[in-house]
Amino acid sequence: MSRADLMGLLLNFIARLITGAQGHWKGCPPTAEQRIYFANHQSHLDWVLIWAALPKDLRSKTRPIAARDYWTSSPFKHWITREVFNAVYVARQRTDDQDPLEPLVEALKQGDSLVIFPEGTRSNKGDPQVFKSGLYHLAEQFPEVQLVPAWIDNVQRVMPKGEVVPVPILCTVTFGAPMRLEPSEEKRSFLDRARSAVIGLRPRVN
Amino acid sequence: MGALKRLTPDEQVGLLFLILFGALLLVTICAALYALRAPDENSDTWVRFKRDLRALWVGTVLFWLAWLSGPIGSTIFFGLFSFLALREFITLQHTRRSDHRTLILAFFIVLPLQYLIVGLQRFDLFTVFIPVYVFFAVPVVSALAGDPHRFLERNAKIQWGIVVCVYGLSHAPALLLLEFDKYESRGAFLLFFLVAVVVIAQLVQEVASRWLRRRPLARQISRTFSFRSWLIGALVAAVFGAALYWITPFKAGQALVVAFIAAACGTLGEFVMKALKRDAGVLQWGNHAGVTGAVGLLDRIAPLCFAAPVFFHSVRWYFKV
Repeated sequence: MSRADLMGLLLNFIARLITGAQGHWKGCPPTAEQRIYFANHQSHLDWVLIWAALPKDLRSKTRPIAARDYWTSSPFKHWITREVFNAVYVARQRTDDQDPLEPLVEALKQGDSLVIFPEGTRSNKGDPQVFKSGLYHLAEQFPEVQLVPAWIDNVQRVMPKGEVVPVPILCTVTFGAPMRLEPSEEKRSFLDRARSAVIGLRPRVN
Repeated sequence: MGALKRLTPDEQVGLLFLILFGALLLVTICAALYALRAPDENSDTWVRFKRDLRALWVGTVLFWLAWLSGPIGSTIFFGLFSFLALREFITLQHTRRSDHRTLILAFFIVLPLQYLIVGLQRFDLFTVFIPVYVFFAVPVVSALAGDPHRFLERNAKIQWGIVVCVYGLSHAPALLLLEFDKYESRGAFLLFFLVAVVVIAQLVQEVASRWLRRRPLARQISRTFSFRSWLIGALVAAVFGAALYWITPFKAGQALVVAFIAAACGTLGEFVMKALKRDAGVLQWGNHAGVTGAVGLLDRIAPLCFAAPVFFHSVRWYFKV
């Protein structure tokens, strides 16, 4: 077992100890099909939570997106995103000659699954923000890949913005039914539909 | 009886576990045979029975491991239980962002310290650490966060969680470590006595309330809790405890009384937790239990959280240990 595997086990253990990291597969079973999971984004922990909620076999084939400038800035950050999470690096600053989605397209061509947060940034209050168009372009290019919406609940209570130490509170990840881009569906209406699919998974407040 | 008395404490406790595991094995085999006759596999009672049996196995194995690993092991073991219970409790309370530091204090400072004190057997400090020092520290940390919104309510919730999940439960390992005269290293019996009595009281109360169908005392909180079923549960548990007196340092009459106290507190504690669950709007503690079928840990240990401190302190006060 390599050091990266051990680190993965440790992170998984911590995530489960602090949050429970329960995955509720409401709309589809956790199978090894190629998928794009898209979820609401409230905290830095979101990715770790989804990752820990996935069954072990799916983890190595499911990759997060990481901002290249931040996650390669120190050897440790680079190591953990590259070796443990197998992240797809993207550039935050758009350059003229390169499509920002290119690394994602590359990963999907290899048969990997992706986890993306289409809001682009973390939203702390209420409903998720309007989705950015990346999801639409990927759905257009890869019609055979399942698009699975997911709602991550409670995680903003574990580690609010500006805090470093997480507080143990149970969190859930609810996975919904796969959706796809309908023929001749407009970009905006598709993105709104995807967003409401994510919101629809939110557990009812008691 | 004489042969039993000549065994060393370790051998006696070993025998206790042998009997426990034997009984569990018997029940499991009976259940398996019963299942072969293919009754309704998915009926509610059957599913609940299977779940409870599994929990009983897990609980017994953990109890055994805790005893095997000595004071340090049992302290860590119950500390972990406390942690998970408090996690469940806090999840269902509406904490705000400004509670973050207070919660860190509760989870990562108060909880380990309380169990460290138990492990060191400093029972004088152990009984006052949370009621005195932590009671004072929690609102101070909260006030420093600078959020006056619902200040008392937020603090009360956190204090309550600490007292039930940490203070209450920490009396269980304390019982393991309590030293009676001529009763050295038999704490496991005392803990077993407490757990057995509390469980019996719960079971009997459950059965009695179904059988009697009395008018519930507080319909809004529990449809089954009535004074008479509660009393029957506690009395049966007391008699059961008296019958177990030979594994405890008590005489039969004393065992009857302490068993009654513990059983009565346990079932009342469960009743209180029901009220709390109603307030939070859930049927079971835990992570949205309905979806996964998982039952929260707090459901299982809440009676112990209430019974253990009362039992511990009445025993300590009466026997002056």
